Amino acid sequence: MAQIKNRLTPFFENITFDREDNEMILNFGPQHPSAHGQLRLMLHLQQEQITKAHPDVGYLHRGMEKMAENMIYNEFMPTTDRMDYIASSSNNYGFALAVEKLVGLDVPRRAQVIRMMLLEINRLMSHLFWLATTALDIGAMTVFLFAFREREYLMDIIEGYCGARLTHAAIRIGGVPLDIQDSFISQLRIFLDKLPQNIKDYEDLLDTNRIWLMRMEEVGTIPTEMALSWGCTGPMLRASGVKWDIRKEEPYELYDEVEFDVPWSDKGDNFARYRIYMEEMRESAKILYQTIDMYQKCVKDGQTELMAHSPKYISAPKLDIMTQNYSLMQHFVLVTQGMRPPVGEVYVATESPKGELGFYINSQGGPYPYRLKMRAPSFWHTGILTDLLPGHYIPDVVSIIGTTNIVFGEVDR
Amino acid sequence: MRAYTPKDDVQAKAYYTDRFYVSPQVPKQKPESDEVFNADLEAIKAKFEVTDAYIQVEQLVIYINANDIYGVLELMRDELEYTQLSEMSAIDWLAKGNKFEIFYQMLSMNKRKRIRVKYFIENGQAVDSVEKLFRSADWSEREMFDMFGIEANGHPFMKRILMPYDWQGFPLLKTYPLQGDEFAAWYEVDKIYGKEARDIIGPELRDTAKVDRYDSERFARLGHEVPKGTKITGNEPKNEQNYQEDDGVFMIKKFDKKDSVVIDDPQR
Repeated sequence: MAQIKNRLTPFFENITFDREDNEMILNFGPQHPSAHGQLRLMLHLQQEQITKAHPDVGYLHRGMEKMAENMIYNEFMPTTDRMDYIASSSNNYGFALAVEKLVGLDVPRRAQVIRMMLLEINRLMSHLFWLATTALDIGAMTVFLFAFREREYLMDIIEGYCGARLTHAAIRIGGVPLDIQDSFISQLRIFLDKLPQNIKDYEDLLDTNRIWLMRMEEVGTIPTEMALSWGCTGPMLRASGVKWDIRKEEPYELYDEVEFDVPWSDKGDNFARYRIYMEEMRESAKILYQTIDMYQKCVKDGQTELMAHSPKYISAPKLDIMTQNYSLMQHFVLVTQGMRPPVGEVYVATESPKGELGFYINSQGGPYPYRLKMRAPSFWHTGILTDLLPGHYIPDVVSIIGTTNIVFGEVDR
Repeated sequence: MRAYTPKDDVQAKAYYTDRFYVSPQVPKQKPESDEVFNADLEAIKAKFEVTDAYIQVEQLVIYINANDIYGVLELMRDELEYTQLSEMSAIDWLAKGNKFEIFYQMLSMNKRKRIRVKYFIENGQAVDSVEKLFRSADWSEREMFDMFGIEANGHPFMKRILMPYDWQGFPLLKTYPLQGDEFAAWYEVDKIYGKEARDIIGPELRDTAKVDRYDSERFARLGHEVPKGTKITGNEPKNEQNYQEDDGVFMIKKFDKKDSVVIDDPQR
C-alpha cells in the first residue's frame, strides 16, 4: 500500500518560506552525513547566516533508563555499550563503577590496571574516530583514511581481548572477566611506538592547512560562562578555559598513580578543541605506557585476581563454582535473581572521551535499580548548539557539530 | 503478614525474596564530618529551610522545600562556587505517596565537591524552572517533562524532547506499560497511512523477535520459501533455495549440501 504523502505533515506547517522578512527555515538532518547520527537541526536563516537554531533529538531513543529499571544489574551492562558506541568500554566502566560504589566493592589491582588500559584504548579509538569523521566532514579525506587505519589496529587489539570491535561489554561489576591475551602488550607497544609519528602526520596535514584553519579558527567560540552554564564537560570545557579533568581532580581507579597532563586552552573555538583532542591522544599514550609497566609488575608480584571477592554480590571464580557447592549456589542465585545492592543512592562521574559520564542509581534494595539516570555529556553538547549556532554561517554548522563530538547513542539513550 | 505491593506499579519485580531478608543501607555520614560540606550547608541553612542533610558516598545530599529551589541554586552558584548543574531529573514515588522526588546534581570545580539538592512535589504540581540560572536545565527539564509529565514554571519551551511531540503518556512512570500500549501500537500506522488503513495493516509488531511461520509476506520462512502471498496451511514441504551464483565467486568455494556433513547432535 502506497504512503499518502500529505499525511506526513511537518510540525512547522504554518511557516511559509516567502515571508516579508526574507527568513528561511533550513531543515538539517536527521539523515545528513555530517549530522553524526540522528541530529535534526531547524535553522532559521537570514541569507547564509543563522539567526536561530533548534536542535531536535530523540530519533535514536531506546528508553535505556526504562530498560535499566527492568533488568538486573549485570544484565544491563551490554546495554550501556549502545550509549557512546564509539568508546563503549567507558560506558561499561561508568556503570560498573557506580554499582561498585553503591555496594562498596574493592576491585583487585590487576583488574584495575586492565580497566585503565581498556579505558585509554577506548579514548584513543574515540579521538581517532572524532578526528577522522570531522576531517572528512570538512573535506580532508586523507586524514580520515589515516585515522581509521590507526583505529583499526586498536580495534583488533580490543577484538582479541573481548571478541567484539564496537560493543565490547569488556568490564564487569567488580572487575574484568578475563586477563589480557598474550599478544595484547606486544601489539599495544607496536601501536604506541608508532602513534607519535601518526599524530605528527595528521598535524602536518592539518595544522597549517589553510582550509582547515579557515573552518576551525575563530569559529564556534564558546565562552567559559556559557560552557559552564550549559553543563559542558571534557574537551568542550577544557577548550573554553577550564582545566577540569575528572581523572585528575576526582581520581578513580589508579589515575592518581600515573603521570599525565591535562591539555587545555582559553580560546574556546573549534581549533582549540581540535588541538586538545590531539594532545589528549598523546597523554593517553603516555598513560598506556605506564599501565603496561604496572601490569607487568602485577604479574611479577603474582596478583592474579580479576574480580572482587564479595560472595553476596559477585560470583566466585569459575574454578570455585565448579568445585565448591556453596559457590555454585551463590552463582545460581546471582545469575537467576541478581545482586541486591543496599538501599541508597549514588552518583558517580567518570571522564569518558566525550566528557563527564555520570550514572545516578537509586536502589531500594531490590535486584532492579529503582531509578537509573545516565548523564551523557553529548546531551548538553547538543543542547549548546541552540546558543552557539546563531551568528554563524551554514558551512560552520558542519565544523561546529564536528568538534562538539556528539554521539547520538548517548544523546538519546 | 504479606508484604504490600503497589497495584499501579507494572515494572519487573523480583520473583522471590526471602521472608527474613532485610536490605542493608548504604552508610550515611553526618554533614559535620566534612568541613567544606558543613560550611556550605550552614550557608544554605542561614537563608533556607533544610529538612534533611547527610553525606552518602562522598556527596552531600540536602532536602529543601520545593519553592526554595531557585533561591538555593542561585545561592550555591553565586556564593558557594557550585558553578555547574550536572544533571537533574525526577524519581517516581507515585505508588507510595503520590509524589515525585526531584534531584539536582551540583558540581563545584574549585572545591572539587558535589552536592545533590532534592525535594518532593505532589503529583500534578509543577516545579520552578532553573533555566535562568543554568542553561543546561533547559534540556534537563524538558527531558523530565517528557519522561514524567512534570512541568517547569517559567521554562521558555516546555515541549517533549526525546519522544515525538504528539506522544501520549510518560514513559518513565512506573505505571507506564513495558510492552507498548494501545496508543503506541497504532501511532506510526495512523501517522503514515491514516486511521482508515488500520484494518489493512494491523497494529505494529512490537515484539521484533517474533517469527510467524504462517506469514508468507516477510522473511520468516528461510528454508521453507513459498511465493509471496501464498496461503500457508502448515504442511508445505521443505523447499531449499540455493542462494549462490551458479558461476561461482572468485576464491570462494561453492557450498554443496551433498558433500557437507550436518551435525544433528550439538552435544556429540
